[in-house]
Amino acid sequence: MTETHSSLNFDTGWQYAPAPESTEHIQIDKQYKLFINGEFSAPQQGKYFTTSNPATEEKLSRIAQAGKSDVNRAVRAARNAYEQTWSKMPSKERAKYIFRIARAIQERAREFSVIETLDGGKPIRESRDIDIPLAAAHFFYYAGWADKLKYAFPGAQVKPLGVAGQIIPWNFPLLMAAWKIAPALACGNTVVIKPAETTSLSALKLAELFQDIDLPPGVVNIVTGDSSTGAALVEHPDVDKIAFTGSTSVGKQIMHSIAGSHKKYSLELGGKAANIVFADAPIDQAVEGIVNAIFFNQGHVCCAGSRLLVQESVAEELCFKLRERMQTLILGDPLDKNTDIGAINSKVQLDKIQSYINIGIDEGGQIYQSSAKLPNKGYWCPPTIFTGMAQSNRLVQEEIFGPVLAIQSFRTASEAIDKANNTAYGLSGGVWTDKGSKIFKVTSALRAGVIWANTFNKFDPASPFGGYKESGMGREGGIQGLSTYLSMELSNDA
Amino acid sequence: MATMAISKSKLPDLSKIKPVDEIGVNERVERFCTRSIKNEAKNTALKLTLSMIDLTTLEGQDTPGKVKQLCQKAIHLHSSLPGLPSVAAVCVYPTMIGTAREALKNHDIRIASVATAFPSGMSTRSVKLMETKYAVSEGADEIDMVISRGAMLAGEYSAVFDEIAAIKEACGTAHLKVILETGELGTLDRVRKASELAIHAGADFIKTSTGKIQPAATMQTTLVMLQAIRDHYHATGNKVGMKPAGGISTSKLAIHYLVMLRETLGNDWLTPALFRFGASSLANDVLMQLQRQTDGLYQSPDYFSKD
Repeated sequence: MTETHSSLNFDTGWQYAPAPESTEHIQIDKQYKLFINGEFSAPQQGKYFTTSNPATEEKLSRIAQAGKSDVNRAVRAARNAYEQTWSKMPSKERAKYIFRIARAIQERAREFSVIETLDGGKPIRESRDIDIPLAAAHFFYYAGWADKLKYAFPGAQVKPLGVAGQIIPWNFPLLMAAWKIAPALACGNTVVIKPAETTSLSALKLAELFQDIDLPPGVVNIVTGDSSTGAALVEHPDVDKIAFTGSTSVGKQIMHSIAGSHKKYSLELGGKAANIVFADAPIDQAVEGIVNAIFFNQGHVCCAGSRLLVQESVAEELCFKLRERMQTLILGDPLDKNTDIGAINSKVQLDKIQSYINIGIDEGGQIYQSSAKLPNKGYWCPPTIFTGMAQSNRLVQEEIFGPVLAIQSFRTASEAIDKANNTAYGLSGGVWTDKGSKIFKVTSALRAGVIWANTFNKFDPASPFGGYKESGMGREGGIQGLSTYLSMELSNDA
Repeated sequence: MATMAISKSKLPDLSKIKPVDEIGVNERVERFCTRSIKNEAKNTALKLTLSMIDLTTLEGQDTPGKVKQLCQKAIHLHSSLPGLPSVAAVCVYPTMIGTAREALKNHDIRIASVATAFPSGMSTRSVKLMETKYAVSEGADEIDMVISRGAMLAGEYSAVFDEIAAIKEACGTAHLKVILETGELGTLDRVRKASELAIHAGADFIKTSTGKIQPAATMQTTLVMLQAIRDHYHATGNKVGMKPAGGISTSKLAIHYLVMLRETLGNDWLTPALFRFGASSLANDVLMQLQRQTDGLYQSPDYFSKD
């Protein structure tokens, strides 16, 4: 591979005809109010903001901006529902509601997929095959736990916490809502949830779904808005638990804000995961894994494999194959079923990614970008890799949250482990080798919450997810994900 | 330097071959299968598929009558649809080459013949060479040989390599397709290794299967073979062809293969000179789809000739 004579032709000849998913069956209202106590209700200050399609910059709808008084109303509704309905309901009845949510999401999967893609810019292939099915799977999984909580924690008396305040990010809007709402409801809590400002639509569609399945009023309340809405929710005295997924800096503000209060919290924050590829790895499959790790959802993934550590003896071959593979990634209309790379979620995020690309160039990295033609409108960034990076570079240390990969070489396993652990984060990681014993040796030395071996970005509701260090605290998913929504006391007979 | 008969081929360094992870291969294949191929893209793919078919009959019961009728089918795929390409070749046993040559004269359809004690390959080198030379002398344009799977499984890689190189020499100007019979090799790692041996020994094409063993062609084994072809191309600039054979009977599956081919080797391989389908019933399914693309209706299988 050191001598390359010829490159492959992906540009001329047979091309795929456009295959866009239809939007005809999608009903998006001109304006959305807040969802409080089972009803859509106007924000008291009457403020709305625009949500648009990042692939076209076209306006989709206007979304209510919840103020402090609206958050108050939502928390009050959640408290009432908790005290009067949800915590008193037999747990198997709670389970039935959660099962209904799961089934209704499945029934309306196509609608949710298209809305997720319209509002967020992600390829329809991903929202259809990953986001929506996984969201349903989370509700199914936690519905199963609702009447079995005492078996989840043998010897402990478990009780719900009360009202959970939840703040979710824009990268997987519906899926993150499911991660938050499903365990909270299963444990007997009620919810006030704030979707991200740029991606509120799927949560509001979820509100319609809650009405359709007769979820008791107030059990889930949805307050849309910007960071001030989130702050009002975090600071509200009658909220018992804060669950937040988002940036590390906001996570730190939340910890400051709730310090000294009774509030429980779980934080799922940033990451800078390293994919470690050894010389004995299945190289062609590793290339796929790297692509899935960093270009999945345009790299807007907290557990993205945004660093690649490759053993020096195969570095050249691997990078060659990676560059070639990048040429076959189809960038464009997120609604097209053949699109691999969709739009960047917002102008703000695109500017941030662009500034990091400039930093990488200034730091002396060698940049390679796929030659995919970018659409004229919307926010786009081609798949980008930087070779020749070093541990001291900002591109290696800081979370970019975009399709930008920093590549470093290493010589020995211990060097790879040191480098992988040497950031402020510790959310995820990947190891690629054909040798089973090396997988165990390396993964047990990595300080990260989720580690994949010979694969990447695989999710399952039964598997806990969360971080070390500045990547957060608490786990979501699995039995572990129940414990952050319960208070536990050891019973006498334990 | 003294002149001597130097074979261009050289046993590859098998220690440099990278392992293959089966789960990763499956995932990659799934992605090819979710590409949505519609409208003009579908029409192009269907016609391309037809032009890549090696229309095959390899039965103990083959007779001149059967082969003649197959050749007619190769020439006249479906007269009611104008502008169709013809298939790439007909593929027969050596004793049927003469019949096929007669039936296909004045037509631009190649004649492929299996050889080397097809399908098992259980015979001596000299018998295999003799059979190859016979097929070439009968007028075969292409020879589809089988490798010695026994030797491959016993780890006698140089024996496998030498045999392919010898057959290649016996082929003369005829093209050599090397059948790995992947269904008998057991692992994708061995598929990759056998691909390297065949390519380095001079194969013009590598081919998955005889069609007599299950599983025959799969997208997984084909992908691993395409990756071997790709790496060889990058190292040498030489283009080796690929022929999945057996079990590809629907247009949908054939299009998945073309997507995989396009995204692994690029558009230069989308030609019958470098890619073939070994199939007997695929052609009619493609014709049915083409008819549907034309008039929007699916027709009964009885409207398409079965030969």
